[in-house]
Amino acid sequence: MTKRNSTAVAALFVAPSFIPIASFFILPMFGAFYVSFHNWDLLSPAKWVGIKNFTMLLHDRTFYHSLKNTLIFIAGYLPLVYILGLGAALLLNRKFKGNSFFRAIYFLPTVTSWVVVALLWKWILNPQGGLVNSALHTIGITGPGWWTSKSWAMVSVILPSAWKDLGLVMLILLAGLQSIPNDLKEAAALDGATRFQIFRRITMPLLTPATFFVLVVSLINNFQVFDQIYLMTSGGPEGATEVIVQQIYKNSFDYGRMGYASAMSLVLFIIIMTFTLIQIRLQKRWVHYA
Amino acid sequence: MPKSFSRIGIYLGGLVMAFPFLWMASSSLKNDVEAFATPPTLWPHKPTTINYHHAFALADFPRLFLNSLIVSVAATLLQVFTSGLAGYAFARIQFRGKNILFLMYLATMMVPLQVIVVPLFLEMRALNLIDSYWALILPSIATAFGVFLIRQAMLTIPKELEEAAVLDGANHWKIFRHVAVPLCGPSFATLGILSFLATWNSFLWPLIAIYSPEKMTLPLGLANLHGEHNADWPLIMAGTTLAVIPVTIVYFILQKQITQSFLTTGIK
Repeated sequence: MTKRNSTAVAALFVAPSFIPIASFFILPMFGAFYVSFHNWDLLSPAKWVGIKNFTMLLHDRTFYHSLKNTLIFIAGYLPLVYILGLGAALLLNRKFKGNSFFRAIYFLPTVTSWVVVALLWKWILNPQGGLVNSALHTIGITGPGWWTSKSWAMVSVILPSAWKDLGLVMLILLAGLQSIPNDLKEAAALDGATRFQIFRRITMPLLTPATFFVLVVSLINNFQVFDQIYLMTSGGPEGATEVIVQQIYKNSFDYGRMGYASAMSLVLFIIIMTFTLIQIRLQKRWVHYA
Repeated sequence: MPKSFSRIGIYLGGLVMAFPFLWMASSSLKNDVEAFATPPTLWPHKPTTINYHHAFALADFPRLFLNSLIVSVAATLLQVFTSGLAGYAFARIQFRGKNILFLMYLATMMVPLQVIVVPLFLEMRALNLIDSYWALILPSIATAFGVFLIRQAMLTIPKELEEAAVLDGANHWKIFRHVAVPLCGPSFATLGILSFLATWNSFLWPLIAIYSPEKMTLPLGLANLHGEHNADWPLIMAGTTLAVIPVTIVYFILQKQITQSFLTTGIK
C-alpha cells in the first residue's frame, strides 16, 4: 500500500475520535483562554478586559482561601488514603479463601457514585441522630458537630474521601506488591533479615513506582475535589471547606462571571501541571525502578 | 505479622468498608423516630417501606435510571467504537503526521474537566444543547484515554498475523475487524467498563448541563432529592439504596473484570 493511500485510510479511522476531541476538548481549551480575557455574564455581550481577570485573581483573598483549603484537604486526605490503602494491600497480598471477596468489598466504594457516598456519610456524621454521634452518646461522649462545625467540617469531607478511594490505592499497590519477586524476600530471610527489615529494605523500595503513580494521580484528581464538598458542605460552614473548583462553579454559575471563572480554572491547571512536573523531576531521588 | 492477626485485620477492614452500606439499607427501612434513636438500632425493630413509597413519589426513579442508562450506554458504545478505530490507526497504519497527532491526543488527557467546564457549557449553550441528552453524550463520544488504551493493546499484535491477512488480500478495515478487534477483547472490555462507570457516576458536568428533572441522571436526581428534603434522612437513604442496588449486583457479577480493568489502566 502506498503511503498516500494509507494516509487517506488513516484519516477515516481517526476522524470519528478526532472530530469530537477537537470539538469538545481542544476547542473549549482555547475557549478558556479567550473567555478569561473577557468579562461575560451571558446576558450582555462579552467585553475584552485584557489580563484584568488574572490581576484580580492575584488579589482575591477568597481565591487564596480556597487554594489553602484545597491544600489542607490534600494534606489530610493523601497520607490517610495511602496508609489505609497500603495496609489493605499488605493484608490482602496473600492467598486465602475469600481473598477476592474481600478485595471486592474494599473496592465497592470506589465504583459507587460520589453522590451516594457523600449523602451516606453526611447522614452517618449527622450531628443529631447520625450513627457516629448516637454511638458516642451511648457511651457518654458528646460528639462534635462534624460537617456543621467550622473546625470539623474539613475532617468530615476527608474521612469519606479516604474511605471511598482506599480501594483504588489498594489495588494499585497490590499490583506493585505482586510484581516483587519472591526469591528476593526469601534470600533476605535466609540471610537472617527480620520481617520488618524485609518490609523496610525490600518491599517499600520496590513499591516506590506504584507509590509514585498513586501520588501523581491523587494530586491531579484532588486538586479538583468538588463532588463530596458540594454535596456535604457546599464549601461551608463559613467557607471552612471552600475549595478551588467550588469557587469556579460559584463564579461561573452563581455570579455569572464566566471570564473570572475561566481565569481561575487556567490558574488551577497551571498549579496542577507545576505539581506534576515537580513530582516527575523529584522521582529520580526516591523511586526505584527494578 | 502472624496469620491470625492479619485475618482479624481483613475482617475489621471489611466491616468498615461494608458497614456504611448496610447502615444505609437499615436506615432506609426505619421510621422517622427510630432512624434518629439513641442508642442506634442496628436493624429496624419495625421495618417499614414508607420511605421507598415516598422516594418513588418524590422522584421518578425509573426515569432517572433510564436517563443514566441511555447516556452511559450511548457514551460507552461510541467510545469503544471511536477508540478502537483510532487506536488501530495509531498502532498499525503508517501515515503522515501520526506522531504529532498522537501527541495532541495525549495532551488533551492532561486537561482536567474543570478547566474546560465553563467554555464547554458556553459551547453547548451556543449549540442549543443545554438540558438535553446530547450535552451529556457528545463530550463522551471520544476520549484520548480510550484511544491510548486501545493503541497500547493493538501495538502488541504480532506483525506476522497482519502480514498473513494482507497476503489473503485483506485491507485495513478487514484486518481491523477480523484480526485486531478479536485479539484485543480484554482491552475493549476494560475500556467499556471504565467509560460506563465514568459516565454513570459523573456529577459536575450533568449538574451544569441539565436542569429539568425529566432529563436528570441518577446522581443528579439524588442530589436534587437531597436538596429538597435535606433533613429526611430515611427518605434519602431509600433513594441512595435504590441507586446502589443494581450497580452492586452488576459489580459483584463482573467483579474480577472490573478490578482487573482498574489495575491494567492504573499501572501502565
